[in-house]
Amino acid sequence: MSVFFLRRVLTLVATLFAASLIIFLVLDALPGNAAQMLMGADASPDAVRALTVKLGLDQPLTVRYLLWIKGMAVGDLGNSYVYGTPVAGLIAERLVLTIPLAIMSMLITVVLALAAGIYTAANHNKLGDVGVMSLTQVGIALPNFWFAILLILLFSVKLQLLSAGGFAGWDDGIWPGIRSLLLPAISLAVVQAAILARVTRSAVLEVLREDFVRTARAKGLGKREVLWRHVLRNAMIPVMTVMGLQFANLLAGTIVIENVFYLPGLGRLIFQSIANRDLIVVRNCVMLLAAMVVTVNFVVDMLYAFIDPRIKVSNL
Amino acid sequence: MSAPLTASAATSAIAPGARPVTGFWRRALRHRSFVLGAVLSLIVLGAALLSLVWTPWSATDIDIASKLRPPSAAHWLGTDVLGRDIVSLLLVGARSTIMVGVIAVGIGLSFGVCLGLIAAARKGWTEELIMRMSDFTFAFPAVLSAIMLAAVAGPGMVTSITAIGIFQIPTFVRVTRGSANAIWAREFVLAARAAGKGSFRITIEHVLPNILSILIVQATIQFALAILAEAALSYLGLGTQPPQPSWGRMLNDAQTLLFQSPMLAVYPGAAIAIAVLGLNLLGDGLRDLLDPRLARER
Repeated sequence: MSVFFLRRVLTLVATLFAASLIIFLVLDALPGNAAQMLMGADASPDAVRALTVKLGLDQPLTVRYLLWIKGMAVGDLGNSYVYGTPVAGLIAERLVLTIPLAIMSMLITVVLALAAGIYTAANHNKLGDVGVMSLTQVGIALPNFWFAILLILLFSVKLQLLSAGGFAGWDDGIWPGIRSLLLPAISLAVVQAAILARVTRSAVLEVLREDFVRTARAKGLGKREVLWRHVLRNAMIPVMTVMGLQFANLLAGTIVIENVFYLPGLGRLIFQSIANRDLIVVRNCVMLLAAMVVTVNFVVDMLYAFIDPRIKVSNL
Repeated sequence: MSAPLTASAATSAIAPGARPVTGFWRRALRHRSFVLGAVLSLIVLGAALLSLVWTPWSATDIDIASKLRPPSAAHWLGTDVLGRDIVSLLLVGARSTIMVGVIAVGIGLSFGVCLGLIAAARKGWTEELIMRMSDFTFAFPAVLSAIMLAAVAGPGMVTSITAIGIFQIPTFVRVTRGSANAIWAREFVLAARAAGKGSFRITIEHVLPNILSILIVQATIQFALAILAEAALSYLGLGTQPPQPSWGRMLNDAQTLLFQSPMLAVYPGAAIAIAVLGLNLLGDGLRDLLDPRLARER
């Protein structure tokens, strides 16, 4: 276990460093002078120089990179160029929305996908299977932001059940907040669930063909029991791989969906920061999203070994 | 010596037992998802080609006087907030969509296949390095890398194409390397090597022809993903810029008018969904037809 674990941790750390380097280089080295971009083309050279010094942009590239890394280690991400407030605070404010949104949509995804995937595999080639699989084919083709707009059309414009956007916050208890995240979470989840359902279905079908399933049936276990006790556990490996990859899509998806519903989350913060040329905020947000993606995939890798001990051995 | 070896190897890998071309088309026309996918894809392609020579109205001329008209004989699907004809916008939008898709997949395909072939041919640390790099690129979904590029280079079609193209590379690297490795393990590669061919010649003459069908299938599916990504970026204002019409952009414009003209938000999204659905079905169909052994459960 320890060698396996150590290898993965080292890869994780190396990946995070590489990601930070790329993000830093793309955002800080390429655009020339952030102060100039911030103040516009017609700012006086003196003012630009003063701002450059004030933002610490006069220091060499390597120093600024190391300062950023050091800052991340102690939780000090610097101050926003535009608002002047700490970036860490800005991000924390927004995560209160984005993390619950991501968790809600992942939950909806998993529930929908496992239900559809197991149902279709258990009813292989029957009418229900063909029907649900056709639906998932359409689901995969839907752009999630268009699906979101359709949900707004149905629930906000026609039925007037839910608001078309905005976030109620968590101050009045948990329900108003969840209510305002419901449509965004569903629109993120449906498309992902369509993909995951197909993966689940083919994984379950594959395991159903294994010898040990026949053995379990032969020793008298019912179909349902075999499915739940033997098949699912073995089918979870490919399903989890895809779930890990989907989490990356989901986070990227929140950027789009938060803009559809005017939700003040991380995605909208990144977006506004680009418009404001607030590169320090963009840099830290992108780093955070990339880190979340990498970390989730790391956790999935670890879970494999937990679910299927054979993997540890083969990866040593 | 080498020519017949390649030919027999290629046919045996793509389909066991030589089969005339007409046989492919006869099977293809019976394959439901292939036919449906091909029809939908051809509709989108046809719309794009048609827009080059004819659109009912100009897709860029603004006519505020006739804004937000309902569907009529003159404007089949009505007009948008600037009085532009929706049908014309959709037709020209198909052109942008296909262009972005082709270039982005072209970037992903050319870089990804080269790297994948190198990884499979060289093995050792070269392979390790290429695979680690492609794993790493997965940490930056297309929207995220496009946002980063847009922050420094400004939003636009080139930015979005580049970002989508870069994001496509690792998928092609993985698929190419995986299938190329399988070919490298075959006897005919050993035979070619015994005949004195180097890695480069084996890759070009034996490996590439044998994985071509897999790459075609993957490219079809990546094309669909590129269309989705382009639409999302244009919707956010990071992709295709006005006045160039694009489906994502049209959805963004329509969202502010949901209460007045809800249908404006339906057409462009349906167009995107049709294009993506068509390509996905086409890819599934091609997979079944080109390589029966890869056929998935259905």
